[in-house]
Amino acid sequence: MQLELTAEDSAFQMKMREFFTTEVPQEIRDTVLQGRHLSRETIVESQQVLNAAGLAVPHWPTEWGGQDWSDLRRHLWHEEMQRAGVPIPLAFNTSMIGPVIAQFGTDEQKERFLPRTANLDIWWSQGFSEPDAGSDLASLRTTAVRDGDDWIVNGQKSWTTLGQYGDWIFTLVRTDPEVKKQAGISMLLIDMTTPGVEVRPIELIDGGHEVNEVWFSDVRVPGDLLVGELNGGWTIAKFLLGNERVGVAPVGATKRALSTLKADAAHLMDDPLVRARVAELENDLLALELTALRVVAHSAGGEPHPASSVLKLRGTELQQAVTELALDLAGPAALGSRAGDDSPLDGWARRSAPTYLNFRKASIYGGSNEIQRQIISRTILGL
Amino acid sequence: MDFTYDDEQVALREAVRGLLSTTYGDFEARRRTAAADPGFDQSLWSRLAEMGVLGLPFGEDDGGVGAGPVEIGIVCQELGRVLAPEPYLACIVHAGGLVAATGTPEQRADLLGRVASGEIVLAAADTSPGGRWSADADGVRAARDGDSWTLTGVCDPVVAGESAHYFVVTAALPDDAGTGLFVVAADDVGRTGYATADLTRAASVRFDASTATPLGEPGRDLRASIATISDLTRIFGANQALGVMQSQVRATTDYLKSRKQFGVTLSTFQALNFRAADMYVSLELAHSMVDWATMTIASGDRDLVTDAADRVGLATSRAGRHIGEEAIQLHGGIGMTAEYAVGVGTAHLTVLDQWLGNAGHHLSRLSQRVGDHEMVEALG
Repeated sequence: MQLELTAEDSAFQMKMREFFTTEVPQEIRDTVLQGRHLSRETIVESQQVLNAAGLAVPHWPTEWGGQDWSDLRRHLWHEEMQRAGVPIPLAFNTSMIGPVIAQFGTDEQKERFLPRTANLDIWWSQGFSEPDAGSDLASLRTTAVRDGDDWIVNGQKSWTTLGQYGDWIFTLVRTDPEVKKQAGISMLLIDMTTPGVEVRPIELIDGGHEVNEVWFSDVRVPGDLLVGELNGGWTIAKFLLGNERVGVAPVGATKRALSTLKADAAHLMDDPLVRARVAELENDLLALELTALRVVAHSAGGEPHPASSVLKLRGTELQQAVTELALDLAGPAALGSRAGDDSPLDGWARRSAPTYLNFRKASIYGGSNEIQRQIISRTILGL
Repeated sequence: MDFTYDDEQVALREAVRGLLSTTYGDFEARRRTAAADPGFDQSLWSRLAEMGVLGLPFGEDDGGVGAGPVEIGIVCQELGRVLAPEPYLACIVHAGGLVAATGTPEQRADLLGRVASGEIVLAAADTSPGGRWSADADGVRAARDGDSWTLTGVCDPVVAGESAHYFVVTAALPDDAGTGLFVVAADDVGRTGYATADLTRAASVRFDASTATPLGEPGRDLRASIATISDLTRIFGANQALGVMQSQVRATTDYLKSRKQFGVTLSTFQALNFRAADMYVSLELAHSMVDWATMTIASGDRDLVTDAADRVGLATSRAGRHIGEEAIQLHGGIGMTAEYAVGVGTAHLTVLDQWLGNAGHHLSRLSQRVGDHEMVEALG
């Protein structure tokens, strides 16, 4: 047992810190640190800075830009990025479809998509959830029917995050309605400019446009855009969702958010109750970070450690708790969330209500926290 | 950064676990031992001495082994797993720690050598009736007459005070000169023993011009050392609490799998399984904090150790209350009985908490320091 990083890992950490704080434009980082809205162009620019330095997709296979780092180094990379306020590389590209194509795709698919996916030349959207298929994803009903070499896709996807920016969408579609529901699903890659694809915004409680419905009406998809085996989509989905859970506890970002709040609301820190809430959150975040380090240290062969469910569950609870504290500290100024730019109210306080409302999503996505409890009780405790 | 034990540490854990499961594998044995004088198993204590476990923290010159904090933490976790009533934390870690930190070489060799061999038991008398976790001595006053010292006052509770041969007493020095530490023989005090909520032993100890020997240089203010040893004891107490909580989570999941009601096992009910899942989450988070705090000791930095003690104190106190309460609730009536380990485990967690520092105490201290840092760093 030893707390310190090795000299090599410590040097690696410092190298990451220096890169993120000097090479990524300050304005982008300030936008993240202050919790302001990031434009599509900003997200693309930031990821391309990282990709040029080999820091966008370190967890991919080395032949496609990966770095063959230890799990600890990946963790340090991820934490330092959040600490510096660097936007995390777009998860749909780097954590979801990229590793899937690298693992299950054809050589042609890898050549065609992986370099552009790493560089965010293609913005991927995720077409998994449907109005009647949320936590019970396997009950999805969007269909793909053979027509010569092509597929004809019909149906509706929902909760498609940032789908309005999407160039391509990776979808789970039903290719065999006659078998057990998990056994009749395939993964198709669909160009979102194809006739018959329509993206409709969903307005959320925070007033923002973050998620969409995506409708497919007789959308023709070439046969070479099937990923992996026909009717093998459920295996791919489980692979993808397992990866999703690992990065879904943003410890560094939550620590940074709390630290920023302490500075923004410095005038309220004399209140012992406020100090106690901050101290308790800091302690809970320390426990979470240490648990992430323990999980990292014990992960073997790229398989997610079962305790990664603990990270998702607790990580999102704490993420939400910090937004609650910000809201409570904002007080009446929280009402100004939709006021104009000339508002005399503090920006952090005006953003607090929409941020609080927005982050109710965190315990729902990535496998809802109830699904995580199910995983813990079944997989870990054997109940 | 490494959260795993090396081979020798694993061997230590297995040896201690083996010995303790022979003694207390059957919970009834723990119950019997705790109920009879002196409240712990003296043959087990001797075996622990022979294995070098009682001398783990002390230097070789003092008759000890000179082991590190991780090893001591391992022993405390194993004691916690079986709710062993042996006064390891009180005698070895706390009172022994005070002697090791402040005694002269002769005092250390004499007292710690006899502690390590199991010949004598020490107890730290540092809490006045109604006192709360302070390095200031408000219950006992020291008086000096030439080279002779006497103590007058009351300490209560004194954990392990019923069986102690010597007391290591914190006392207010004359002329407001701070807090000193003194060794007082059991023959020179009045004491009334009693069982605590977890059925282990403590005592009310009265000093009435009792003859006392100053530890270290007479008349020196030792508050800093006293506070540091309290911090270390808090961290090792958290290790002990971790062992208790691990046993409770295991017992609870086993019970959910085996207990039948309505013709099915309790694990059929999601409401119960989810509560067990939340217990596991609390346990793993507390485990991380215990490992971290224990490793922090090796830094030798007093402020870091104080911070670690407050953080692990808060974390294990919260986790202990959650797990301890849920363990009883999910067991139902059997969890309320003194013949079953789960409920007594909750009583033990309760005692550890109020003895060493509860969540409110540590949170209050941490709250005063939130302005001292931008964010809390896990890796130094």
